Amino acid sequence: MNMMSEAAVEKALDQKMSEVSYKMIGKDVSVYYGEKRALFDVNLNVRENTVTALIGPSGCGKSTFLRTLNRMNDTIENCRVTGKITLDTDDIYDANIDVVELRARVGMVFQKPNPFPKSIYENISYGPRIHGLARNKADMDQIVEASLQRAGLWTEVKDRLHESGTGLSGGQQQRLCIARAVAVSPEVILMDEPCSALDPIATAKVEELIHELRANYTIVIVTHSMQQAARVSQRTAMFHLGNLVEENDTDKMFTNPDDQRTQDYIMGRFG
Amino acid sequence: MNTSLILLILAFVGLVGYFAGGRHAMALVGGLSSKLHSRPGYYGSFVAIWAIVPAVVILFVWLVASPIYISSSIRGAFPEDVKAQSEAEQGLAYGMISSIARGMNALTNEEIERIGSNPVDLRAALATKGVPLAGDPKPYMVKAAGDLNVMTDISRITMTIVVLAASLAGAFLAYRQIAPRFRARNRVEKAILVSLVVASSIAILTTVGIVLSMLTEATHFFTHIPAWEFFFGTVWDPRFAAAGSGGSEGQFGLIPLLLGTLYIGFVAMLFAVPIGLFSAIYMSEYASPKVRSVAKPLLEVLAGIPTIVYGFFALTTVGPFLRDLSSQLNGLVTGNYSNFIQAQSVLTAGFVMGIMLIPYVSSLSDDIITAVPRALRDGSLGLGATRSETIKKVVLPAALPGIVGALLMTASRAVGETMIVVLAAGVAARMQINPFEPMTTVTVKIVNQLTGDLEFTSPQTLVAFALGITLFVITLCLNIYALYIVRKYREQYE
Repeated sequence: MNMMSEAAVEKALDQKMSEVSYKMIGKDVSVYYGEKRALFDVNLNVRENTVTALIGPSGCGKSTFLRTLNRMNDTIENCRVTGKITLDTDDIYDANIDVVELRARVGMVFQKPNPFPKSIYENISYGPRIHGLARNKADMDQIVEASLQRAGLWTEVKDRLHESGTGLSGGQQQRLCIARAVAVSPEVILMDEPCSALDPIATAKVEELIHELRANYTIVIVTHSMQQAARVSQRTAMFHLGNLVEENDTDKMFTNPDDQRTQDYIMGRFG
Repeated sequence: MNTSLILLILAFVGLVGYFAGGRHAMALVGGLSSKLHSRPGYYGSFVAIWAIVPAVVILFVWLVASPIYISSSIRGAFPEDVKAQSEAEQGLAYGMISSIARGMNALTNEEIERIGSNPVDLRAALATKGVPLAGDPKPYMVKAAGDLNVMTDISRITMTIVVLAASLAGAFLAYRQIAPRFRARNRVEKAILVSLVVASSIAILTTVGIVLSMLTEATHFFTHIPAWEFFFGTVWDPRFAAAGSGGSEGQFGLIPLLLGTLYIGFVAMLFAVPIGLFSAIYMSEYASPKVRSVAKPLLEVLAGIPTIVYGFFALTTVGPFLRDLSSQLNGLVTGNYSNFIQAQSVLTAGFVMGIMLIPYVSSLSDDIITAVPRALRDGSLGLGATRSETIKKVVLPAALPGIVGALLMTASRAVGETMIVVLAAGVAARMQINPFEPMTTVTVKIVNQLTGDLEFTSPQTLVAFALGITLFVITLCLNIYALYIVRKYREQYE
């Protein structure tokens, strides 16, 4: 209990310091898969340097919303997005926006660790290389090391950078994927249930990592675990049947939510 | 009773057994099928299997064994002077006896009486019944033919009795075994398993048989021509005219044929690989499902065209076109309108074979590219890579081992292809590197060597088997290596 209150104090302080500055603003976002509507006019703002957790029962649209934030839905056939999403001041669905550039600014970590079947080094250097972030080999080495450091993987893999990334354990693979996303220096990192394929120890490591990353990045995370949302996030948004039910400070959300449905879901009455 | 009638009766016994077995099982439990171990149908099938299978096996064995037994006993009774003759002449005599026997069945008893043992009359009489004889039958032959007929009749009657008895006994014993807790389902499923095993071993045994027969014939060839002369010889000159005359046996050098095969295959792959691979990438990565659902089957139609059709496409269209094109080009550049590409050339054959191979390359590679997990693509796209970067740097490297496997498999098709090269590449076994000149392949020479009217013991024909087994070994190695690579690649994602 003591720990909790300490964390609460810390969060309250954070809140005051950063005032409220929004990194991404979603206005009336709706998503259709063919005829089927998956999201209904969602208005959700993502605060800068904050971990925002998206929770809700399966099929509620939280992953769909997450994927609209870096237009990964574009890769799905028949998917249509309406409404407006801005990153800083840019409308990311504007025709002038280069989706490639957008995804460099809004990185993504997926549910299942998906390292490329290449060496650890090449996994990390992949993004910087396609975006031309390194001037020479030394630069690249530096980016790789820094990214692995940030993902807390450096000490574990520094002696085998040229071994295959697929040979790592599940938890290491996921942290490799986070390092890979970090290497492009994104502003926002989207995480789609990043721990659902990991064991509790690996999960704890990734959560710790998310906590540290918050200093430099804005993070949006989809999770099925209530505890995880409570542990890692400062803001929580609850989705249900394609609607945004409630968005609030995580503490308030888990102690005294405004909406009955949130309460029911958190108490485990449905979902 | 003839064989098909016996089979019909067996089927009938089986059918009756099926219904009787089912009913019997139901009757035993008073109509409550839940008390039976298996569904009633299984009891029926159990009886039917026992009624049919052993009887059919006996029938089959009898049909194979009895002619062998009869023939050996008839031959055993040949007069001494006939026995002294060569094996081939005894065979002829036996052939005549069986013709006579067949003819005598067509004659009435009175006719046989009337003819008696007059061989000339007999020949004439048989001819009227549509049974021609090669020569005048000798008296011992007429007697042997009579014996043959008697033995055949006895064999047939006993066979009918034995087979039908076996069927009834099988059905009866199976019927007796039926009890409420009798595990009919397990028995029937075991019988089905056995039939599946038999079916698959037939395919395997056939392959083994083909290889063995090729091996034996090839060994015969190597008794005429030393193996090293065949494998390392650089001249192909089989000397058909000299066949059988002894002395000069011709030269059977594999190298020119092998080079031709590899060269034409190489040219074919040169056309097929880029086009096939690019179309596979388009199909799997860029095409919308609508385009894909139309374009992919269309592309695969190419694979369904018989190769002989490609062959005359090459012969009548591509070859002359290339020849005329080359003469026009030559004319434009040098003013001399003579063609530098022959109508039958490595290029023609390679080009047309390449077209034939496109669907193999594209369809196999398409499957492999599609099998690359979506997660990898998403990972790359999520980092801000374009589609093309994703394909070049993530999808293709991940699919590469599989694609190499697919290409090796395609190459083995190219090596084994026959009809296109027969028509498009010519028959000249030459060692040269100009793709505009004709060359020939192993398969073409196999066709050439076997389509003459030479005896089957001359090296000129036996060489075909040596060529065949060489080709077989080459394609087998290619396929095994390809399978090995493809399998290794699959493990990566499991």
